[in-house]
Amino acid sequence: MSFVVPKESFNGKVLAVDFGKDDKALAIGGETCLPFLSFEGEVPNKPVIAYEIQDCAPDDWPDTVKNVYKEVSGDPVTWAKYCQNELKAKAIALRLASTHPDRGDRSAEDAAKTVKDVLSAVQVPLIILGSNHIEKDASVLVAAAQAASANNCIIGKAQEGNYKTIVAAALAHNHKLIAMSELDINLAKQLNILITQMGFDKAKLITDPMCAALGYGLEYTYSVMERIRLAGLAQNDPTMQPPIVGDVGMYVWKIKETVASETDVPDWGTLEDRGIAWETVTATSMVLAGTNLLIMRHPKAVENVEKTISELV
Amino acid sequence: MALTGVQIFKLLPKTNCKKCGFPTCLAFAMKLAQAGVDISACPDVSEEAKATLGAASAPPIRSFILGTGDKAVKMGAETVMFRHEKKFVNPCAIAINIKDDLSEDALSKTAVEVAASEIDRVGQKLRVDAISIEYASGSSAKYEAAVKLVAAKAPNAALILNCKDAGAAEAAVKAVAARKPLIYCATDGNAEAMANIAKANGCPLVACADGLDALSALTEKIKGLGIEDIVLDSGAKTAKEIVEHNTQIRRAALKKSFKPLGYPVINFVMRDDSIHEASIASVAIAKYSSIVVLSSISKWKDLVLFSLRQNLYTDPQVPMQVEQKIYEIGEPKADAPFMITTNFSLTYFIVSGEIENSKVPSRLAVMDCEGLSVLTAWAAGKFTASKIAQFIIESGIADKLSTKELILPGQVAILSGALEDKLEGWKITVGPREANAIPTFLKGRAS
Repeated sequence: MSFVVPKESFNGKVLAVDFGKDDKALAIGGETCLPFLSFEGEVPNKPVIAYEIQDCAPDDWPDTVKNVYKEVSGDPVTWAKYCQNELKAKAIALRLASTHPDRGDRSAEDAAKTVKDVLSAVQVPLIILGSNHIEKDASVLVAAAQAASANNCIIGKAQEGNYKTIVAAALAHNHKLIAMSELDINLAKQLNILITQMGFDKAKLITDPMCAALGYGLEYTYSVMERIRLAGLAQNDPTMQPPIVGDVGMYVWKIKETVASETDVPDWGTLEDRGIAWETVTATSMVLAGTNLLIMRHPKAVENVEKTISELV
Repeated sequence: MALTGVQIFKLLPKTNCKKCGFPTCLAFAMKLAQAGVDISACPDVSEEAKATLGAASAPPIRSFILGTGDKAVKMGAETVMFRHEKKFVNPCAIAINIKDDLSEDALSKTAVEVAASEIDRVGQKLRVDAISIEYASGSSAKYEAAVKLVAAKAPNAALILNCKDAGAAEAAVKAVAARKPLIYCATDGNAEAMANIAKANGCPLVACADGLDALSALTEKIKGLGIEDIVLDSGAKTAKEIVEHNTQIRRAALKKSFKPLGYPVINFVMRDDSIHEASIASVAIAKYSSIVVLSSISKWKDLVLFSLRQNLYTDPQVPMQVEQKIYEIGEPKADAPFMITTNFSLTYFIVSGEIENSKVPSRLAVMDCEGLSVLTAWAAGKFTASKIAQFIIESGIADKLSTKELILPGQVAILSGALEDKLEGWKITVGPREANAIPTFLKGRAS
């Protein structure tokens, strides 16, 4: 019996999405096979990692990752420049956390100014994220989209409860858009349909099926991502073909494993390595399940995942 | 090809004698079709039927036990490519490789670390399962001594004898034969000698070749020499090779019934940087490896890899559950907030995590609702006012509290009236609908 490589070919294709501008622009997606199986399909773009920064001091981040940025995190422009120039970030994700009613409730106008300031300070592509407050994001992201007009940013996240205004703003100002639903392939599909019914091009969408940290429901995210990929490739379902984003950092850097000191849990080993490894392994498993764009926090975790990605392509 | 339950039923004695442990021959046939039982459980089946069934019912990926004793690891027998289709069956073994030319102290230290690596996570006991001892000294006497030392210091760990020198391997295998070490490895050059050692000592054997063509030929050769329990090493080193080779191996076995690759896989993932090694190990864990061999272990690394393995090998149909009890978070005094939720592990993790984030010491009652989340448990009639009241009363928690106040998840605010009736003397407060609002809620109460 001789071995024949068991290849599978698909009719579907993951849509390629570009963001940013000029020579710093990036592309994600475009593959015609399951993650990294280039023996049977095309993998034109490798997963991209964006560094997360916030528009306010990251008081809610644990020390391991907060201390990395302690000299720069007082000001989003300084922080963004640090990521681009010192950490060699390929993309930056600016989270407008201070617009959340519980985190300062800053206005949409304030947020728009921050976006403008950051955009004029860095050249790498920008992802602009709201505070994940359904009502507030509806106004904040509209102002942010306008402020970032002509910069080909990724705006997010549009959810079932607020997608209409955010979609309209992304459409008007020519941005890419993250559509987020909660760990359910059918909800992800439904939201993508609703958004495209508004005239938004599906080739400008990015799906966020909701991330989860290792040990805290990672298996759900992992399987929803695999199922979205299979639906897009094997069943050629056009609503399931946008690239996938994994918002890893915000889920990882709040769980006990990245926060609890070794004194409190001696069985878990050193806190710093544990936290970095937690973000690294969560992100690694996300790219294996089909994630095209990762949003992460710790530079050492980013470095390790980039090393693994370069081994995978 | 696999037979259907009905096809198998036709080959059985149809006596419904129950000796196989199933109520009827048909029930037994159905279980056989799912590869959930072995044909040998039927004492009356004809030799002819056994031969037909044996060929057809052998699982597409061979299953056997790595190591001995109650910490031995079952491997192989996987049935799907993706975990949402059906549960991944046998969680991979995690192993560490050590070289025999280390000092006795260093060898002992690692072996003891492995022996003490067991931790409890969500009710499961997880550990580093195996130690690979690599022949690096060039002295078979030193190798045998190192193997014996490690075996003695880690009495429950499975052993992998990483030695391509047949002479040195033979002596070491004999010394620990009772532990059924996995012999690494047979290559095209030494296959006969290694197969003889494995056969004489009843040990499983790794077949190692460069690429899947050569590997298929090698496993056929070894099988021809009488070895059934084979582990595959395709020579995959980079993350890409691990993903591609392991995918092709599993596909060939499951979808093409290609027997020469129907065995568990071993991957060596050694890297200089320990966190990067954890990342490559997670590639192997996610992508079908049955034994993942590391160059170093540590408590944080064990925890992160155990967690990934546990996550990916959970049954997608059965929710993970935590124990029903009243958990203390921080050091709650008598006047600390007292909240309740259900025992779906994810619900528990998220709620307890947010309570911790609030830094307000609290008590959290976790009620057994068969692993359902709050709203689902309520809809299924498992998280009702009377059941909650019974749980709270039987827990005796009232004695520990200065004010009898229970904070209910906002999703089930509808229960508050009925609960006030059933829990006499208690104040029922409706908490936030979403866990991420808990810190604000608790801090607001505290101030």
